[in-house]
Amino acid sequence: MLKKIFPNKILSLSNKVLANLIILMSFIIFVGLIYSLFISPADYTQGDSVRIMYVHVPSSFIALGIFAVIGTCSILNLIFKIKFLPLIAKSLAPIGIIFTFISIFTGSLWGKPTWGVWWAWDARLTSMFILFIFYSAYILVWKFNKDFNQANKISSIIAIIGLFNLPVIKYSVDWWNTLHQPSSITFTSAPSIHYTMLIPLTIMFLGLVFYALIIFLMRYKIEVMKLKLNKKKINK
Amino acid sequence: MLSKKVKLRIVILALSFLLAISIIILVLQSLEKNLVYFFSPTEIYNRSDITLNKKIRVGGMVKKDSTKKEKNNTTFIITDFKNEIIVSYDGSTPNLFSEGKGVVAEGKLKDKKFFVADKILAKHDENYMPPEVNDILKKSE
Repeated sequence: MLKKIFPNKILSLSNKVLANLIILMSFIIFVGLIYSLFISPADYTQGDSVRIMYVHVPSSFIALGIFAVIGTCSILNLIFKIKFLPLIAKSLAPIGIIFTFISIFTGSLWGKPTWGVWWAWDARLTSMFILFIFYSAYILVWKFNKDFNQANKISSIIAIIGLFNLPVIKYSVDWWNTLHQPSSITFTSAPSIHYTMLIPLTIMFLGLVFYALIIFLMRYKIEVMKLKLNKKKINK
Repeated sequence: MLSKKVKLRIVILALSFLLAISIIILVLQSLEKNLVYFFSPTEIYNRSDITLNKKIRVGGMVKKDSTKKEKNNTTFIITDFKNEIIVSYDGSTPNLFSEGKGVVAEGKLKDKKFFVADKILAKHDENYMPPEVNDILKKSE
């Protein structure tokens, strides 16, 4: 599967493989939604409004994870100048911004019944908003720059600067007093989510990662095709 | 293994990173007052840069048995288990407001021990569990 990341292999990604991936992803999300909405229990403080977590939390993880990949591709590209790296990053960015939006939107829907407000300018929410801005800037640079190399350079710098925002987002709830609660899932301690809720959360995370992957593969294939077409045009 | 050009790029990038991190840490430290969403009762008590009658937020736990509900007014105590502050609010508290749980009050400080709130936000913790599990945990306390 990883071999398909390299340009000459991605073009051989058939519609049949994609269709199978879509069926698998749909099944996982279907199971995840049944579990999240019906089988899993209500929360002891939040009641049924906790079920927004099953979309909000995976979306947040994916939004951050994708930007980390974009940032890493940008660093590696600046150092080693490998041609397909900016294509990977460019293909991922629109997916990342959608998940950032889903995170903020579902978070807002969750905040009103639990906190009492749709939005608060605390460190976690503000840094997520900043992530949205970085994604927007990154995408717009590619959109409005006709020169590939210039777009690549500017967008890479935006992505690398944006990388510094990621630990701020993650640790904002630990470093400062925030309205948003501390992390329930950490690297260092056991999750503070009961297993009956952790299971549907994991299933939804897996399903949404699959979704992101499928969209990425489709976009990446198109980007590689565009690049090869442009090369042909220049050589003519 | 790595060409000179590549090595140079890595060095420049690493130095830029170090510079960026130091700048960010310095900026964040100086902005601290604006970055915190609320002050704890201890911070209210100790800090000299918090002015009275200016809009701020206080947060902490609602002290048990401290809630008094009158006609259109609720008073309760916010504690961080080191210091506490009395909060008065004209209105009804949000659904998740309860004693022993987190709260953020937005309003004006009348003096170091008394806060008049015009907005109450419930703050919930990072624990998620079904009610039955919570009952079991409570029984074993």
